[in-house]
Formats: sequence, C-alpha cells, structure tokens
Amino acid sequence: MDTIEDRDAHEALILDSVDRFLERDVKPFAHELEANDTYPDEIVDKMKELGLFGATIAPEYGGLGLPATTYSKIVERVSAVWMSVSGIFNSHLIMAAAVERFGTEAQKQRYLPRFATGELRGAIALTEPDCGTDLQAIRTQARRDGDVYVVNGTKTWITNSIHGHILAVLVKTDANAEPRHKGMSLLLVEKGAGLRVGRKLEKLGYRGIDTAELLFEDCRVPAENLIGGEEGKGLRQIMSGLELGRINVAARGVGIARACLDEAVAYSQTRKTFGKPICEHQSIQIKLADMATQVEAARLLTEFAAKAYDTGRRCDMEAGMAKLFATEAALFNSLEAMRIHGAYGYSKEFNIERYYRDAPLLAIGEGTNELQRIVIARQLIKRNPV
Amino acid sequence: MKVLVAVKRVIDAYVKVRVKADQTGVETANVKMSMNPFDEIGVEQAVRLKEAGTASEIVAVSLGASQCQETIRTALAMGADRGILVETDAELQPLAVAKLLKAVVADEKPDIVILGKQAIDDDSNQTGQMLAALLGWAQGTFTSKLVIDDGIATCTREVDGGLETVSLKMPIVMTTDLRLNEPRYASLPNIMKAKRKPIDVKTPDELGVDIGPRISVLKVVAPAKREAGVKVADAAELVARLRDEAGVI
Ligand SMILES: Cc1cc2nc3c(=O)[nH]c(=O)nc-3n(C[C@H](O)[C@H](O)[C@H](O)COP(=O)(O)OP(=O)(O)OC[C@H]3O[C@@H](n4cnc5c(N)ncnc54)[C@H](O)[C@@H]3O)c2cc1C
Repeated sequence: MDTIEDRDAHEALILDSVDRFLERDVKPFAHELEANDTYPDEIVDKMKELGLFGATIAPEYGGLGLPATTYSKIVERVSAVWMSVSGIFNSHLIMAAAVERFGTEAQKQRYLPRFATGELRGAIALTEPDCGTDLQAIRTQARRDGDVYVVNGTKTWITNSIHGHILAVLVKTDANAEPRHKGMSLLLVEKGAGLRVGRKLEKLGYRGIDTAELLFEDCRVPAENLIGGEEGKGLRQIMSGLELGRINVAARGVGIARACLDEAVAYSQTRKTFGKPICEHQSIQIKLADMATQVEAARLLTEFAAKAYDTGRRCDMEAGMAKLFATEAALFNSLEAMRIHGAYGYSKEFNIERYYRDAPLLAIGEGTNELQRIVIARQLIKRNPV
Repeated sequence: MKVLVAVKRVIDAYVKVRVKADQTGVETANVKMSMNPFDEIGVEQAVRLKEAGTASEIVAVSLGASQCQETIRTALAMGADRGILVETDAELQPLAVAKLLKAVVADEKPDIVILGKQAIDDDSNQTGQMLAALLGWAQGTFTSKLVIDDGIATCTREVDGGLETVSLKMPIVMTTDLRLNEPRYASLPNIMKAKRKPIDVKTPDELGVDIGPRISVLKVVAPAKREAGVKVADAAELVARLRDEAGVI
C-alpha cells in the first residue's frame, strides 16, 4: 500500500470509522453531557477501542503513526460533532509528541506504548494564574534533590487534569537563568503525592471535559522524568509540540465552522419567510457564501500547515496562520449561523448556541490569536531579510 | 470451520442517488461508495463466529471492479483474515455473481457462505438463493439469529407475519437480515493491520464462468415525486373524498 491512491483509500477507511464512531457513540449523547458538564467516560472508552489515543504516536511505540494531514481531518470531524471530545486526545497527543520528539529512549519505551492505548492519558500544564501568553514568566519551581526534583507552584486552566493520569509540566529548574528560557524544563509528572487537583473550572463552553487548577506542594518527581534528560530545553520542547497543537486547534476551527455552515445551509432551505425559503433572500445568501468561503479557506490553510509539519521542518508560521484564520472562521460562522437560525439559534435545543460558546476558546487557547500574529510577522521578517 | 462472506461495493446508503440523464442507470461518478450494509452484518456475523471459537478462518470475497479491493479492506479491518477479488469491469447480474461464487466455493470449500439478503443498489434478493441452488446446499435466508452446533445451523428467519426457525445441515448458504447484529466499525489499529492481510485477485475467465447478462435493462427512472397532501376538515369530508375523488371506498 504505497501509491497515493492506496494512501487515500487507507485514509478514507480511517475517516469512515471515525465518522461511524461519531454518529453512533458521540452524536446521540453530546447534547446532554454538555448541558450537564458531565465527563464522557463511555465515549473515552470507545475512543480507546477506536485507537485515537495513539493516532500520531509512531508504530514502533504502539501508535498508528498517522501524518498530521490525516490527524487534522480526524480532529475536524470530531469537533464538528462535539469539540470537547477532541480535547481529550489533543493535549494528550501534544504531550506524547514532546516525549517522542525529545524524550530519551528509556522515556519513550516506558511511556509511549501506554499513551498509545490510552491506558495513561495526559495533559500539558503550562499556564499559571499569573501568566499564559508570557510563558517565560512561570513561577513553578523544580529543585533538584538527589535523584528527584521537588516541584512547587500552581498551574491553572489545565485540561484533562482531573481525569488524566500524567502531565507534561513546564517548570523553572533555574529561576535566575538569562535568557529566562534557559532555566525552563519539561517534566513528566504522574499523579500522586504532592500533586493536588484543585477546583474544576466553570466554563462558557468546552464543557464536559475537565479543566482545573493544579497545586504542586513538595511534589517529588523522579529526575529520570525530565524530558530529554537535560535541563533548560523545556520551552523549545513544548513550543515544538505546540506546532501540532496549533494545527489541531485550526482543525477544530474548521470543524466548527463547517458544522455551522452545514446547519445553516439546511435550515435556510426549510425556514420560510415572506413566502419563500430564507435561502432565497439575498442577505442570507451573502452570509452562506461568506461562511462557505471561510470554511474552504480555513481547511486549505490547515492542510497546508499539516503538510509542512509532516515534512519535519519548522512550521510555526504556517501553523500560526492556520490557527489564526480557522479559529476566526469558527467565530465568524458561529455568529452568522446564529443569525440565520434566528431565535432557534439562541435556543439550547439547537447545536448553534453550543458552537457559539465553544468557538471563542479557539481564539484564546494554544496561543492567543494576537500572539499568532506576532509569531507570523516575526517569521515573515526572519525568512525575508533585506 | 471456514466462513466465506460476500461483500458488495455499493453507493453509500446516505448518498442521494441520481438517475442518469439518458436513463441507462444511476450516477456513480464521484459518489461515495461503501460496503452493502447487509454485507457488513454478514462480516460482523463471521467475526463473531470467529471470536466465539466456532470459525477458524474468514475469507471475504468481492466481485467487480478493482476498487472493490477497498470494500474487501473494510472487511479485513473488521476482522476477516484474507480477501479474494474476482475482478471484472463487466456489469454483474445476480446469476453471474452466484456462478462466480460457486466457483470460489469450489476452491475454498467453506462450511458456510454468508451473504446479505439483498444489496441496497438493485434490491434483487436473489444471489443467495441462486447460489444455494447451484451448490445444492441448504439455505437460511433472512436470518436474524444463527446458532451453529455440531454440524447443524439453526437459523431464525424473518418471514411475513413472524419468525420461522429452520435447522439446516452444514454446509449452508445464509443471508443476513437487519436484526442479526449491529456491525462494528473497524478500529484504527485494525485498519492498519488490514494493510498487511492478503487479497488474491482472480478473473471470471480463470474461474471458467460465463458472466454474460441474462437481463437487459430497458430504462431507469426516478420514483415519482411525492405531492403535498391535503388537509380535510373532518371524518365526513375524508369519507366523501375517498369515495368520490379517490374512488377507493
Ligand atoms: C478552556 C481552556 C482550556 C485550557 N487548557 C489549557 C491546558 O490544557 N494547558 C495549559 O497550559 N493552558 C491551558 N489553557 C490556558 C491558555 O493556554 C491560556 O489562557 C492562553 O495561553 C492565554 O493566556 P492568558 O489567559 O494568561 O492570557 P494573557 O497571557 O494574560 O493574555 C491576555 C491578553 O493579552 C494579549 N497579549 C498577551 N501578550 C501580548 C503581547 N506580547 N502582544 C500583544 N498582545 C498580548 C493576549 O493575546 C490576550 O488578548 C486553557 C484555557 C482555557 C480557556
């Protein structure tokens, strides 16, 4: 199976199974789980069976080794049905990517196979109460004490931290280092003594999935859990993982933007005003045309970034463009879909208000869209010196 | 015990089918194709027989164009062990399919051949019955429950007005009904593994089968569009209209 047709046929089989999983095991339950902010345990079990937790992990470590191009299509589909479900495997796989790209062989052997099955599910813990965008300002400390690190500090907004088992935690191993990133490291912390999960955070959207505060109080972590075995590399390691993270957030944006479009296209043909379906009114047609154009452009940019990622070269600019555009498309389309649906768009009984509540996270998480513009512009200048 | 399960590539059940302008058939270009849903039920049944230890090998067979390999891959990903494609670009009618399957059965010597009760494209509901006749085997059609014990297959059949249970001496031909099971979707790891399972390709010539058509299609037309209904004020008007306008009472 090596030709392009074979690869496409193979990807089609994968996407078909994902669609069936969504149709059978997610769609019928999403509304109620989301309304009650209930963690979808049964869906997680099905995701394990389906193999999603190993999607991008290499086959030699028990994963599927899917390219980012296929992976982003999976994320798009999942998010079009219920974005929270994608969050359960997305940050898990960013953590896995950091281990796979930068971990020691022993770390890979020890963790990746269990990440791939979903037996160990994880999260990434970067954000703190006082900093999100400016990660170099983190204050969580890891002090070396013999063959352990003693970790103290607070992380917040950490997705998967209640139901997950392990976290990639960004810490300061040297608070005085200059430049600051040279004092930053990434530690794999399994839940246990010294790590307390604080309150579950109440959110506008992205409900059902757990986002919480974490308190590290003299938490002792084996020194062998320092990713890559060398201090001072943490920021670069996690930033590289965030390239995949941003492609996946872009794919979520495409998913939501597309779901909004699909529902608007269907609804506008059945809802009638002034004797004709509203899709025949020009102002609605303009909305539909703009929404559809947003979806296609967002999808192409996301594919462009995923292809760049698959070549292995640096792609923060491409990933940033995709993330920026596709998430703005999701925001735009969710509001337009709401207008097209009128009061029904505002109703809890339709999906539109959920898309409208889920979309804004995409503009904030995984690097705000303001930050993406900075990243894009910096790369633009760097790649085009005069 | 060996199971042969036939899988047909058809237009996906959720695609809105369009008749070609020249009325010779339906549009298939750029249309999503999938395994016939009744055949999925067949593959699921075969996999369950294997999981229960009743079956030892599952062979998925498809007949048609080379793209039928994708349908076979789906069966392999669901749990079949290997595939056979009888490749031809010719249009195959039920009798030709039955004859080809008979030839495959002669090579493979399965204990049970599972087919869908019908394919959702032409809805013929003939192939299983024809195959059983050609083989001279017992047949359990429209099966909604299957129990195999000691060389005897007990099939519960969905017939008009109820259920009929028949006891058949193996080998048998069985066709699936909707309620036999709910087919699984293939897990992603199994899709990866299916890449390495073998598919054997043969041709009707190699099997020595004449697949010439016995039926000629005169024309294909879309069903008449449903007209909007009428609202009646009361029972009296309903009766009057049924009598005077529709002429049915
Ligand atoms: C539902 C949810 C789930 C999350 N999950 C996780 C998780 O799993 N792990 C994790 O580590 N974090 C997570 N986060 C946190 C998220 O990554 C941060 O919220 C995000 O990085 C922004 O940081 P902040 O909230 O501290 O905003 P700030 O950094 O305080 O930014 C505030 C505003 O200032 C702007 N800004 C900041 N710096 C600049 C600048 N230099 N130039 C121009 N504008 C600037 C920002 O764009 C933003 O508009 C999650 C957040 C949410 C809401």
